[in-house]
Amino acid sequence: MQYLLLLTYRPEDNTQPGPELDAEMERWSELTDEMRQAGVWVAAAGLTSDSATTVRAPSGDTVITDGPYAETKEVLFSFIVIDVEDLDAAIAWAEKTPAVTYGSVEIRPMDRLTLK
Amino acid sequence: MSALERAYRDERAAVLATITRRLDGDLALAEDAVQDAFVAAAVEWDRRGVPDRPGAWLTTTAWRKALDRLRHARIAEARAADLAQPVSYDADFDFERSSLDDDQLRMIFTCCHPALAPEARMALTLRSVAGLTVAEIARAFLSSDSAMERRLTRARRKVTEAAIPFRVPPDDLLPERLAGVLRVVYLIYTEGHGSVRGDLCEEAIRLARLLARLMPDEAEVAGLLALLLVTEGRRPARVDDAGALVALEEQDRGRWDRAAIADGVAMLERALRLRRPGPYAIQAAIAALHSQAATWEATDWPQIAGLYAELARLDPSPVVTINRAVAVAFAAGAAHGLAILDDLGADPRLESYLPLHAARAELLRRAGDAAGADVAYAAAIALAHSDAERAALERRRVRV
Repeated sequence: MQYLLLLTYRPEDNTQPGPELDAEMERWSELTDEMRQAGVWVAAAGLTSDSATTVRAPSGDTVITDGPYAETKEVLFSFIVIDVEDLDAAIAWAEKTPAVTYGSVEIRPMDRLTLK
Repeated sequence: MSALERAYRDERAAVLATITRRLDGDLALAEDAVQDAFVAAAVEWDRRGVPDRPGAWLTTTAWRKALDRLRHARIAEARAADLAQPVSYDADFDFERSSLDDDQLRMIFTCCHPALAPEARMALTLRSVAGLTVAEIARAFLSSDSAMERRLTRARRKVTEAAIPFRVPPDDLLPERLAGVLRVVYLIYTEGHGSVRGDLCEEAIRLARLLARLMPDEAEVAGLLALLLVTEGRRPARVDDAGALVALEEQDRGRWDRAAIADGVAMLERALRLRRPGPYAIQAAIAALHSQAATWEATDWPQIAGLYAELARLDPSPVVTINRAVAVAFAAGAAHGLAILDDLGADPRLESYLPLHAARAELLRRAGDAAGADVAYAAAIALAHSDAERAALERRRVRV
């Protein structure tokens, strides 16, 4: 079962560069290694926050707008795809991400139909 | 009651739990298949008579229906292969009590999974474990049948799509998940208790009894059942002839159901033998002490104050501290109780917390401070949400 973990943070309490951020980057790297060793890692990437572009074509004509599809207080900054047994396993990995302490991790099961 | 109705009441939850396990936790498909099996039973049993073992018949039929649905679905082949279950229908179902019990327990933990919304946990538990009909659940939650059906369908779809596991959680998750299950049963009880509707109270007690049978070594399961039984024993005196709620202090203790209370006390003793008491066992012990007192005044207040202190340590909340203050006031004098309330009142978040003002008013009255009590009653009355609440406070205020 594959799950997409959507990681967010709140820009108002943005961490400045410094030892704290270095320590967090270290934890991300350890977590990625742990996921690979456990054989659950499928894909992951960081996302830029200010350069999103949204495309819509409600009546056939493309409308391009600057920014994410919805303005929210929490900003999506990264995603991870994992392949694990069930939701409890996905929750256990989400709990290990630093994002749960200052932001949130949304767990989206990937539709089984699209995997075939 | 017809054989079919009896099977629906007695066997449905077990059939559903067995099929759900066989489908690797696909609760949405299992629910549809079990429904199909009951539809088939309505026709077949009428024509050919009731089978010897209705539960076994329903289980094999539901399994066959589930496979039919899988075959017809677009992804039938892929999924059916995934399941890797033998396609022989009749021989390989385990109808042993212990196996059925295991599946029931898995179903309880799945229905009470924290990834489901709290209202969905209650509704799904009542539907899939207690076996209530959608209409019964809708009535209990003052909802329409169609809204309740949508809530249940959405919850079952999430169980399936998000792959909420169909299992009893492993040891590292068990304490937290079991606490979640007990919370759901407790909330079902208070939902019935708060609205003076007995049906949900009885269902909650049935669920707690089932859990106590399935998990006989869990002290908090016994503690919760004890708490519910003792509380239930007092229910006949909770409402007066006009339908108004009666405070414990003013209840006619002759109307209490002594048999239910004795059951609860016996269950409490079992809980206390198992382990150090947890929050439910402590609340049950407090309820038991109240129930054993001949009058409000004769209550064992020192022991109740001690139990509230222990409860505040394990599971702190303003309401526990307020109850402790009241118990201390009766055990050691109103001034001691008021001192606890004053500490609590220093928290600005509790400025508009009605129970705090109401308790202060009561203790000030007992301390002989009529003016102070009047001011505190006025503050509480200003915060009341319902006319009944306001009227009850007004009644107390005029006694000052």
